Amino acid sequence: MIKKSDIVKNGIIKNNPTFRLVLGTCPTLAVTTSVMNGISMGLATTFVLICSNIIISLLRNIIPDKVRIPAYILLIATFVIVVEMVLRAFLPDIYDALGLFISLIVVNCIILGRAESFASANTVLDSALDAVGIGAGFTFALMLMGFVRELLGAGSIFSWSIPVLSDCAMTIFILPAGGFFAYGFLMVIFNQLVKKAEERKKQKAEKGAER
Amino acid sequence: MNKLLVSSSPHIGSSMTTDKIMKHVVIALIPACIAGIFVFGLPSLLVLIVSTGTCVLTEYLYNMLTKKPQTVEDFSAVVTGLLLGMNLPPTIPLYIPIIGGVFAILVVKMLFGGLGKNFANPAITARIFVMLAWTKAMTTFVQPIDYSQGFFNAMTSHFSTMFGGGVDAVSSATPLGIIKGSLNGGGGTISILNMFLGYTAGCIGEVSALALILGGVYLIVLRIIDWKIPVLFILTSAIFALIFYDNGIMYVLPTILGGGLLLGAFFMATDYASSPNTSIGVIIYAIGCGFITMLIRRFGGYPEGVSFAILLMNLVSPLLDKYLRPRVFGVARKKPFAKKE
Repeated sequence: MIKKSDIVKNGIIKNNPTFRLVLGTCPTLAVTTSVMNGISMGLATTFVLICSNIIISLLRNIIPDKVRIPAYILLIATFVIVVEMVLRAFLPDIYDALGLFISLIVVNCIILGRAESFASANTVLDSALDAVGIGAGFTFALMLMGFVRELLGAGSIFSWSIPVLSDCAMTIFILPAGGFFAYGFLMVIFNQLVKKAEERKKQKAEKGAER
Repeated sequence: MNKLLVSSSPHIGSSMTTDKIMKHVVIALIPACIAGIFVFGLPSLLVLIVSTGTCVLTEYLYNMLTKKPQTVEDFSAVVTGLLLGMNLPPTIPLYIPIIGGVFAILVVKMLFGGLGKNFANPAITARIFVMLAWTKAMTTFVQPIDYSQGFFNAMTSHFSTMFGGGVDAVSSATPLGIIKGSLNGGGGTISILNMFLGYTAGCIGEVSALALILGGVYLIVLRIIDWKIPVLFILTSAIFALIFYDNGIMYVLPTILGGGLLLGAFFMATDYASSPNTSIGVIIYAIGCGFITMLIRRFGGYPEGVSFAILLMNLVSPLLDKYLRPRVFGVARKKPFAKKE
């Protein structure tokens, strides 16, 4: 039996949707031109993910196997519409910045992937925790991408311009090409750090076993 | 001494080693560099030194930090650095050649496995990277220096522009910029003789057609580069200049002499690692370069398209090699419509 805290932790590190599973790359590349955009996209997706994971986990024994994908999509789309309407009503700036990509959360592989691989086979509490972990991992990754791209591409953080950097900002990082650069390098760094950490853990475990 | 050597293949060696080839390329680039320095003064020398130094240092440090055999001695980083510097405007802020040099060597060359394994020409890719990163600085050109104020004053006169003087910065359109502008009803005249000699606004190493042709012919005579690539590249560009522009005959010479066409055709499109290996592939590659260049120059947003054309064709060249592989001698021809039994 997997520990509850590990479910959350796995979502952030070992199964990080952006850097490890490479899912949901479309919003990752498209909307992360600033930290704020990254965070809001991450939170919107997290909300949909938590709701859909809970409901799908509740209904997992009722939905017939043959029609489960359309059923999942329908459920997910419902929550996406909720997010879209809330953003449009209360945070119009973010709604404008993210534009079409809010509606596209429906087809985000992360959500359908977790529904299919986790929520459809686990209890409600575990599914909710998994959604929290995966959502946090996704939000963290988008924030990191947004941070790097906004810092290098516009010379600012949260739209506050940084004196020296803003004079020589590299516009390419705001453009799609820069998104790929930032994504690739962050993925390398993230995976390297995780690998090192795992090796250290293993060594520790081996030492412990020897004693 | 035993004269019989037992060794595995290859058995035929060549005295033309990598570092010798690269040294010849450096020699061939020097006339254009000197022309650039005489046209724009000492700031351009500074840009060349900074970009070359950054490239060499990056390769040295990368090999040292990753504990790989040191490859700086093969001179290829010097060639990349020189080419990158020659592709920049003379009064560019110095952080641009530094970041461009690191990008060229680290990202485009070393991360893909070093010399000969790069998927595209490092200098071209770095030029496009800095072009998209700092479009304004990369498209701000100055006039050639004025020697009537004395040699020393003239040589140092662009330093004030370079280090943010701004007040006496005289920006100027390149010949290609004038051509692009004239398509939209702008004015300006271009002198073919000045373009040939290099007395015009432009990038450091691109202005003097004469010096570039000298260097290119030197490399062709030594058989270091394949003559087909530059000749077909330039020829295709000229032909499409005739087709694309009204009264096209007027545009043929400015097309050939202007911008980075000669530098790109002789020195950058001919990069061994990123150009095709088959003879038909090379022909398609060179024609493609010329065609895309002219498409961008005539119909695109930028006045110059050589670097984009070369990068695009670099990406296509593995595909060309794959589908145009020559038949091995003695092997039966493949029948495309052979019946399956």
